[in-house]
Amino acid sequence: MKLNKASLFALISVLELARDPERQLSTSDIADKYGISSHHLAKVMRNLVHQGVVQAMRGVGGGYRFAGNVNRTTLLDIIQLFETLESELDLPHWNKAAEPVVSELHSVTSEIDTVTRAILDTITLATVLKNTRAAGERVAEPSPPGRK
Amino acid sequence: MSKITIRDAIPSDLEAIIALDRMPNEDKTGYWQSIFQHYVVAGRPDRVFLVAQEGKSLLGFIIGEVRAWEFGSPPCGWVFALRVSHTTREGGIGTRMFTEICERLKKAGVDTVRTMVDIDNKLTLSFFRGMGLRTGRYVELEKRID
Repeated sequence: MKLNKASLFALISVLELARDPERQLSTSDIADKYGISSHHLAKVMRNLVHQGVVQAMRGVGGGYRFAGNVNRTTLLDIIQLFETLESELDLPHWNKAAEPVVSELHSVTSEIDTVTRAILDTITLATVLKNTRAAGERVAEPSPPGRK
Repeated sequence: MSKITIRDAIPSDLEAIIALDRMPNEDKTGYWQSIFQHYVVAGRPDRVFLVAQEGKSLLGFIIGEVRAWEFGSPPCGWVFALRVSHTTREGGIGTRMFTEICERLKKAGVDTVRTMVDIDNKLTLSFFRGMGLRTGRYVELEKRID
């Protein structure tokens, strides 16, 4: 599976905003923090606002705020705003003789897609935030003395 | 919410458990009687049946056990039933029951816990993922044989 850039930018910004739903951040705040294109991110944010995932706040200190429920919003909820997760067989032309094989390959990719969607649709933003916090704490922990 | 306790199930919990698990057009009384015999009455440390209680009400249950060499796997813990009443979900009861059953299974000598959930049961799958479970080394396969 390869996620497109818009999906990745959306996941990064939604997770950043969901970390503190009271906080407002601008596109450049997020783009600068993660070293991503603010131009591309701006388009992604417009879509997220349109879909109601984030809220655009106007005025001084305005920016974006997470507008969803971290316990209910899954990775798939965000990704499918930007792409469909369907495997493609890159076989534009084939003879009739290939049809049974192609049909079987479609069946296999369909199985893969079902599992992929099931995984992404059951990992909530809350779970990702919890895991990333735990990973950050592990990194921050000093090594025990005498060990490398 | 008053104090919720997580404790071992006792034989007199049977009716409350059946009520918690009740589904329309399903009578699972026989199933639950058998489960109580195996996991409550037997009183073995490698079979764990816990309930969450608040006052006189049971709000949830979780059941698991140590299984050895199934499908070639070394001994590990299996959690095969989990329910929290609709009215008290997202209050941390499932987390407390799961944490406690993991402690019990660890004391029984295993270092891995597994479960299996219907692919459409998003709520339960999300819960277990939130508890840190990930796709494991054993993949479930099935085929209709009618």
